[in-house]
Amino acid sequence: MAEHYTLHVNGTAREVRDAGTGESLLFVLRERLGLMGTKGACEQGECGSCSVLVDGQLVCGCLVLAASAVGQRIVTIEGVAPVGAPTDVQQAFVDAGAVQCGFCTPGLIMATHSLLDRSPQPSELEIREELSGNICRCTGYGRIIEAVQRVAVARSTAAAGGPSA
Amino acid sequence: MTVLVPTSLAEALEAVSAHPDAAVLAGGTDLMVEVNERRREVSDVVVVNRVPELRTWRHDPASATLFLGAGVTWTEVEADPIAGWVPALAQAARTVGSPQIRHAGTVGGNLGTCSPAGDGLPPLAALDATVHLVSAGGTRDVPFAEFMTGPKRNVLLHGELIAGVTLPVVSGWQGYTKVGVRNAMVIATASVALVADDVAQSVRVALGSVGPVILRCPEAEEFAAGEVDFGQRRVADAAVAEFARLAAAAARPIDDHRSTAAYRRHAVGVLAARLLRRAFPNG
Repeated sequence: MAEHYTLHVNGTAREVRDAGTGESLLFVLRERLGLMGTKGACEQGECGSCSVLVDGQLVCGCLVLAASAVGQRIVTIEGVAPVGAPTDVQQAFVDAGAVQCGFCTPGLIMATHSLLDRSPQPSELEIREELSGNICRCTGYGRIIEAVQRVAVARSTAAAGGPSA
Repeated sequence: MTVLVPTSLAEALEAVSAHPDAAVLAGGTDLMVEVNERRREVSDVVVVNRVPELRTWRHDPASATLFLGAGVTWTEVEADPIAGWVPALAQAARTVGSPQIRHAGTVGGNLGTCSPAGDGLPPLAALDATVHLVSAGGTRDVPFAEFMTGPKRNVLLHGELIAGVTLPVVSGWQGYTKVGVRNAMVIATASVALVADDVAQSVRVALGSVGPVILRCPEAEEFAAGEVDFGQRRVADAAVAEFARLAAAAARPIDDHRSTAAYRRHAVGVLAARLLRRAFPNG
């Protein structure tokens, strides 16, 4: 049966028309709203490629019923930074070689921003636990952890009035 | 044919009363997997994750109890203050899926799905949780042992919602542990929750993933209560071994795609021994 509703995505009200009842937020973002940055792979919450923020909480877009997210603030990778102006996290992933095929990267960027917002100086164990819901089949995670640590150090240096990266 | 997003318990009850066959959606971490894999068609959906009455928790020091609303997430359970009152449930919470899953998944969702592998369920069983059910017609309280009736089966009726659970705040060591194929993001192959109650001088054990329901271990519990020294936190090695044997004997495991019955029985014995030793570290 067709559903009509409005989602608030990256600060903009987006109309969704003639959607199926069981459609996930991942599906609606990609196939109805054209936001291809959020990736879909396992569709069972295992891989984290579809990580987005819903009302500030990092969740798997594939496990959110799109029509249930009416009235909530949704942020996708497209809402993190404008094209051509990467965030410190995105730049650190590039600089540390934490991006190989790139498929998991949007989800990991969302998860890393979420982690560093809550815990500015995470331990390596905390980074591993917080990113445990994001699977990367290329990097072996070493450079991803390094990228997160680089951001944490750069932000604390900047906060202390030191030279900014 | 619609998705209803009630924002009060009264609205939610009205919705499930008007649509008794509707799928009830909390965090979506179980239901949406079935929907995505086309194993389940949904038409009417009642979304309960924005009902404030279900998102609350209440600690009552006078009665030494903790009420957790069905919509409390595993992220909330794994952190203080809740973690300090029900440590076994908090440890279980920390092993649920990944951060993304724990931000969405709820206590009530675990009860609604009622998988024998549900990480929250062994602690609820070991703590003798009371499950509160609510419908337009009223409320009823069901002990956890009577709530779960089989794999993915419980006594919840159409038109009824899980309001929450009440747990005792117990004085004594408690913990949860499980085995699976990796550390993160894994469904339990076998799991054990243990609660030592220093006041009642009892040891309570519940097993997950090794039977059609969560299993308590009356023989192992009675044996442990007679062997441990609650004051000195002491238990002999031989008693730990016998406790493990009795816990393993209480298991009713099966062979399936995740493991074998023999491994599961072995594993719950090892896990039970480990937890008893953590609870009573002195030999």
